[in-house]
Amino acid sequence: MEAKTKDLWVFVETKEDGSARNVGLELLNPGRRLADGQGGRLAAVIIGNKADAAVKAAGEQGADQVILVEGEEYAHYTTDAYVNAMEHLITKYGPTTLLIGATSYGRDMGPRLSARLKSGLTADCTSLDLEAGTGNMAWTRPAFGGNLMATIICPDGRPQIGTVRPGVFKKQAPMESHAEVIREDYHVPAGKIRTRLLEVIHEAAEAVVDLEGADIIVSGGRGVGGPEGFGVVKELAEALGGVVGSSRAAVDAGWIPYAHQVGQTGKTVAPKLYIACGISGAIQHLAGMSGSDCIIAINKDEEAPIFEVANYGIVGNLHEILPLLTAEVKKLKA
Amino acid sequence: MNICVCIKQVPDTTEIKIDPVKHTLIREGVPSIVNTYDTYALENAARIKDAAPDTKIVVISMGPEQAKNALKECLAIAADKAYLITDRVFGGSDTLATSYILSEAIRYVETQEGKFDMIFCGKQAIDGDTAQVGPEIAEHLDYPQVTYALEAVIDGESLRVTQQGPEEKQVIGVEIPCVVTFTQPPFDVRYPTIRRKMAANKAQIPSVTSAELAGIDVARCGLKGSPTHVKSTFVPVHESKLVLVKEETVEDSAKKLIGLLSDAHVI
Repeated sequence: MEAKTKDLWVFVETKEDGSARNVGLELLNPGRRLADGQGGRLAAVIIGNKADAAVKAAGEQGADQVILVEGEEYAHYTTDAYVNAMEHLITKYGPTTLLIGATSYGRDMGPRLSARLKSGLTADCTSLDLEAGTGNMAWTRPAFGGNLMATIICPDGRPQIGTVRPGVFKKQAPMESHAEVIREDYHVPAGKIRTRLLEVIHEAAEAVVDLEGADIIVSGGRGVGGPEGFGVVKELAEALGGVVGSSRAAVDAGWIPYAHQVGQTGKTVAPKLYIACGISGAIQHLAGMSGSDCIIAINKDEEAPIFEVANYGIVGNLHEILPLLTAEVKKLKA
Repeated sequence: MNICVCIKQVPDTTEIKIDPVKHTLIREGVPSIVNTYDTYALENAARIKDAAPDTKIVVISMGPEQAKNALKECLAIAADKAYLITDRVFGGSDTLATSYILSEAIRYVETQEGKFDMIFCGKQAIDGDTAQVGPEIAEHLDYPQVTYALEAVIDGESLRVTQQGPEEKQVIGVEIPCVVTFTQPPFDVRYPTIRRKMAANKAQIPSVTSAELAGIDVARCGLKGSPTHVKSTFVPVHESKLVLVKEETVEDSAKKLIGLLSDAHVI
């Protein structure tokens, strides 16, 4: 497909209450720089039901346009409804670039859309630039579990599509909205939607782990030693008002559920404070947390690669150190 | 039921090293395995067969001759038949070209094995981590898709898929035929039995080339048929900014660290 404009679109995914998921808003930040570099407009594309809150938020993040498709069939994500709506919009307006948050829905929609439009998609990008000379997007992403970074280009296919994980970029402070809101009346007939939501399985509150939204994460790895070892990790997290994360090794060992996993095959996080306890710092773990503002490493092995990305480190036994840190935090907060 | 499981042979990424100069994989001593997520897809197919023993499981893989070892492993675990999709013109394919070739291969294998009711894939491969090929196959075949599946069970003429949603688990009903991509399930995957392993070792695995894929457009295959290209690669480096806290006693170190964080307004 030929691009009709030099515009850059950011798909701003909505939640069922019509508010925006953070990652879409985060992407408007690099989106601004790239749209300016391409000489086009920055548009937020919103598909949902009663999505006023998302429209407002996208305007406040600096979008020039908000392209909005609303309908009851979009209240809950389905591949067929969302991909058909996106295909309609892209065919009509012809953007040159499309950014999608790499949420579970974004990663469901992106490749399907890419195959339908026969254009290239680069998944889970960690940096976004324009290629000198051509103005094509230069998508950089980890490969081989984060051991290698690759920069990918899509010279001919349009729109060039990329997904970016939550937390890789940061939202800007809200500004006054100047966005032009374009309402597209497009509906997908029920017969074209081939999946149905039958049931939502509500888990106990403690089983839901909001790693991506947390300001403070205290993570445990192999060095924790066993499921009981996570006790001292949890206590420090609680004292700090943070959440518990973990490395893949601890999840694979069955010490803690997958929902806590940080890294290439878990969640990508960028909290204000990340405390890695007994985590050696395998590259797949670093790929998921090295964007944190402040990283603390506690490990008995002075040579552990985690110290290379840490701001502060203590070499020693975490079972001895963590309770002391917890006590100091409690003193500070008392 | 007739189930096709798409698998990929990958290097075990927990053990790989990258040549810092050439930016290529150092393959020496690194085991090749069936992509972990694909084993979850195979396990789910095996569970469907446990419940409905007349189910047939066919595994396919695109790759070099060596990938037959991965297919044999799948035969040993649960698969009934296996096909290797292999051709020099397929080399260098990105995800879109790969998914196109696999969708054409699925159509060919159906002429041999009968129409598939479902296509199962791993959510993503642990070497590329793109999670693109499954949904792209679904698009080429114009089938509905469910991704991030934990478990799929037959429910009359449709499939009931428990899916890891963005916040909570949810159950999705999907028409057959369909494509389902699997993430880590709450149960263990089975191991091969000795008897199956011996049979798998002797199995003849047909190689399917572009010559067999009658309708395939080779312009959409390989490097030339791929919209994305790797422009450059580099090994990530982290500049150390470490402040090591090392006081006389552990108690003092803990106190110092919390003090530093408090002064920096981190906590």
